[in-house]
Amino acid sequence: MRRRSEPLFTLGFFVVVTSLFPLGLGPEPELLRRIAPGVLWVAALLASMLALGRLFGADYEDGTLEQIALAPAPLMLAVGAKIVAHWLVSGLPLVLVSPLLALQYGLPGDVIAHLMLSLLIGTPVLSLIGAIAAALTIGVRGAGVLVALLALPLYVPALVFGAGAVDARLAGLSAAPNLALLGACLALAVLFAPLATAAAIRIALE
Amino acid sequence: MSNGVVHWFRYASPQTFYPLAGRLLPWFALLAALSGAAGLWIAFFVAPTDAQQGESYRIIFVHVPVSWMSMFLYLVMAGWAGLGLAFNTRLSAMMAHAIAPTGAMFAFLSLWTGALWGRPTWGAYWVWDARLTSELVLFFLYLGYMALHAAVDDPRRGDRAAAVLALVGAINVPIIYFSVQWWNTLHQGASVSLTRAPSMAATMLAGMLLMAFAFWMYSIAAVLARVRAIMLEREAHMQWTHELQEAAP
Repeated sequence: MRRRSEPLFTLGFFVVVTSLFPLGLGPEPELLRRIAPGVLWVAALLASMLALGRLFGADYEDGTLEQIALAPAPLMLAVGAKIVAHWLVSGLPLVLVSPLLALQYGLPGDVIAHLMLSLLIGTPVLSLIGAIAAALTIGVRGAGVLVALLALPLYVPALVFGAGAVDARLAGLSAAPNLALLGACLALAVLFAPLATAAAIRIALE
Repeated sequence: MSNGVVHWFRYASPQTFYPLAGRLLPWFALLAALSGAAGLWIAFFVAPTDAQQGESYRIIFVHVPVSWMSMFLYLVMAGWAGLGLAFNTRLSAMMAHAIAPTGAMFAFLSLWTGALWGRPTWGAYWVWDARLTSELVLFFLYLGYMALHAAVDDPRRGDRAAAVLALVGAINVPIIYFSVQWWNTLHQGASVSLTRAPSMAATMLAGMLLMAFAFWMYSIAAVLARVRAIMLEREAHMQWTHELQEAAP
């Protein structure tokens, strides 16, 4: 992160996109409540993806990335730290602001709690998987669009389980199975994503 | 060059693989044409008309083998990509690169024939069925692979970057498949399903397997042809391509 305002861009995008849906679909509370989990999750996914360009781009251009790769500390560790930082500025704010947006969509209290929980588990998955796509497109022309094409299909399980958990809660079912699967995705991503990202960075730098 | 390891590694270099691929290619193409013709003959003239779906079900002979191939080719592509990444062999990466367009074509054909089949049987070109959706995501994965490869200027770097993507995708494909399947059952319970077909007649199965074999052979032939072109393009500066050019009449 180079400018203090940058985390606000992601957050602003998230808020604006979720506010556009009622304008496009009409203000019926029943409909809005029904689509809220999907809308909020898709918006979180897009917002998190938009922030990916900043993950390695600036560091690659000024040569910092090369220095990190040459450092004695394992590259995977540095990559992991960068992903955590990325999540702190682009994922966590979404989790924190989501109750407000969920209120606008008329979700009841315990569903909002589950939405926050699902985003809390799910947004790190998005950052981890997105980091692979960001590392693969380092220094590539048209990286912004390409990142979307690479990352979005891989986001599908997180979206299904995350929105599914909230949906289930909204329908009066238990959200636990979906949340558990989302947690499994997170565990897998924590294991593999830094590895793949580090490999991709080495390829980009050679 | 008779037994085992030596024999196989001999063909791991483009220089020796190029003529081998050229010799094998017509045979695979011939097998594809023959088994394809036989499969289509069974599909149109031998297989009985379906009691429920009438004649429209006959697209199954293209649709199902094509879907199999699209999924299988992704794994083969990821396998070659992984080999190329692990051993840094030129040919493996070229093979992965050559498989991608064929796989994407099969994925697209699977969606297209599925839509044509869905219209008369389900009444809709597209339903958000688990299999359709995961096939669509698979198609996107192919597109992503090819787009990434095309976007990187240096083909060697493109090979390696795309290989990482193919491997990540290969881990993800089963997760995507199951997540989508579960998503669907969560939303609408018992929905349209491709597995409801009653016990399949033996002739239908034979026709389908023949068609699957035909698409197999076609894939091998197409990939060999494409990998030959890639080898010539990438190694245009090498000694052996010049010799090849001089030897040609």
